[in-house]
Amino acid sequence: MRDWRRNKAAFGLLIGPASLWLVVFFTLPLAIVWVYSFGLKGPQGQTILALTFENYTRALDWLYLEIILKSLWIALATTAICVIMGFPLAMGIAFAPKSLKNPLLLLVILPFWTNLLIRTYAWIAVLRTRGFLNFGLEWLHDGFAAVAAAVGLDDLLGPFQPLELLYNQYAVVIGLVYVHLPFLVLPLYATLEKLDRGYLEASLDLGAGHWRTLVSITLPLVMPGLVSGGLLVFIMSMGNFLTPDLLGGTSSLMIGNLIARQYGAARDWPFGSALSFLLLYATFIALWVRAAVAQRSKGLSY
Amino acid sequence: MTRFPFSSLSRRRFLKGAAAAGISVAALPRAGWGGSDQINIYNWDTYIGETTLDSFKAKTGLKVQYDLYANLEEMFAKFKEGNPGYDVIFPSDYMIETMIAADMLEEIDHSRLANWKNVDPNFRNPPFDPGCKHNVPYFWGSVGVGYRKSKVETPRSWKDLFDSDKYAGRIALLADSRFVLGIVLMYLGHSPNTTNPKEIAEARDLLIRQKKNIKAFAPDSGQDMLVAGDVDIVMEWNGDILNVMAEDKDLAYAVPDEGSILWIDGMCIPKGAPNIDNAYKFLDHVIDAKVNAEIANTIHYATTDLAARQYVDKADLANPAVYLPDEIVKKSKSLIDIGDALRLYDEAWTAIQAA
Repeated sequence: MRDWRRNKAAFGLLIGPASLWLVVFFTLPLAIVWVYSFGLKGPQGQTILALTFENYTRALDWLYLEIILKSLWIALATTAICVIMGFPLAMGIAFAPKSLKNPLLLLVILPFWTNLLIRTYAWIAVLRTRGFLNFGLEWLHDGFAAVAAAVGLDDLLGPFQPLELLYNQYAVVIGLVYVHLPFLVLPLYATLEKLDRGYLEASLDLGAGHWRTLVSITLPLVMPGLVSGGLLVFIMSMGNFLTPDLLGGTSSLMIGNLIARQYGAARDWPFGSALSFLLLYATFIALWVRAAVAQRSKGLSY
Repeated sequence: MTRFPFSSLSRRRFLKGAAAAGISVAALPRAGWGGSDQINIYNWDTYIGETTLDSFKAKTGLKVQYDLYANLEEMFAKFKEGNPGYDVIFPSDYMIETMIAADMLEEIDHSRLANWKNVDPNFRNPPFDPGCKHNVPYFWGSVGVGYRKSKVETPRSWKDLFDSDKYAGRIALLADSRFVLGIVLMYLGHSPNTTNPKEIAEARDLLIRQKKNIKAFAPDSGQDMLVAGDVDIVMEWNGDILNVMAEDKDLAYAVPDEGSILWIDGMCIPKGAPNIDNAYKFLDHVIDAKVNAEIANTIHYATTDLAARQYVDKADLANPAVYLPDEIVKKSKSLIDIGDALRLYDEAWTAIQAA
């Protein structure tokens, strides 16, 4: 089937079910939410269909803009950390001996097989005041104190103060990085795999060092993969509300939590819809940037 | 960019049709729940006795579908677009008021309930539902302070949670905006149901100042944080703290002198319930004296069923954390539905979280 114009029936049959699914379960609900975003809220929380821009103007209030900006900042931090951690990891897997590649990939994908909620609760068990990290630190601390006492320097370190690692924004970033790292590593690995080793060999033969090769040859060639993975991590981190809810403290309200509140306790669906669409427009702008970058870069597309 | 292929169908018309189709799909009831030997119950988690459902099934031979919700808003959100097929729900006072105003509850005919005489007359005429026309009282409770006895002295006032640096970083509050702001308003001397923006702003500013001392706003998990040692003093529901007190003898529960917010839950039959007769059978079963006492002994909340008291655990009856002493009840208030003013509370809560 080379040309869909000549085999319209077959093409329609193949693309039909998927399109129907997308329209009914994606386009239709999105359209309903869009209609709601222009509506009004009744006294008991009912949604009254109307045509008002009040929800959008309210969403652009500084109170909510501040939260959107904070979410942007956390998402950027998450993306940056994922790139710093994920790029060496992807390089390592791509240049590993053939027999090790699949097991290494499996190690990256393995956490996906566990439920997201359980993985986030696991971080609570690790980070909290009486959690595993603090147990380990306490054990080390007691070890040093015992050695110091044996040498005669009693009370060198004082009593153990556990680190408060949970219920703040650092815990949220840790949780987000942990969940989204595979999303960066896998597209990046795919792009690195397609990289023609010939380019690297030529660069090294012509006298460039490894670092120069990495920065001037490898990085520009895999930029599309890096941008794709980074964008995926960024968009998903912005909309995440589970991680800030469980791991965050009193100042970790992100845009996802805000939207969830509007559909729940605040009983204000029209406002929640307006906020959701602001998030959606931001996502579309990010995707448009990605398309522009891919258009201009002369890297590998995948 | 490909061109939109159907030029005769404008995007606006497509969206209108899509919205209409979507809304109509949402109104379809769930299939397979209308059997006459079935009953569908929607309740809070851990809010029923261990043998209640089994004894009901044995008595009537009906099949029971038992679903859970984590908070009232989740339940209300499901019912907003029509009853998804439940026969019995367990909303709280102000939610009952909201649902009556939105015409979502059936009127309950007390003559069909043989055990209606068991219900405590004190609870038969609540302000949110005069004459109990739409609900059968279930259990009631309060919001108080759970604390670790070895690290915290008995809290006599809500000040320890909202206005002092004594326990900096070791405090957790509820995540329910109306309850937390309501208690702060009571501490400041106002009504927890006020619609005065200045009073709400006062409560908001107090909490923003206190935020540096609060570790987290825990949605129903404050008692877990207390047991795990993350915090030493929490604002929580009485039943939750009583449950963890059984695990850890170092924990205690107290209601500060300024009073508490009392809540009372009721069993309701939502409009559009497929098995109303079976619902009446279930309601009658729950207010039976022995069944109600078994529930009380499992969940450790205060029952509204007078006849059940003789079978309730003596320790619970004597426990001031479960059956609040009269002086505290007199000082305590209940939440009522505030309609559009809910937006003020929500914005205050968002401002507290964002500060």
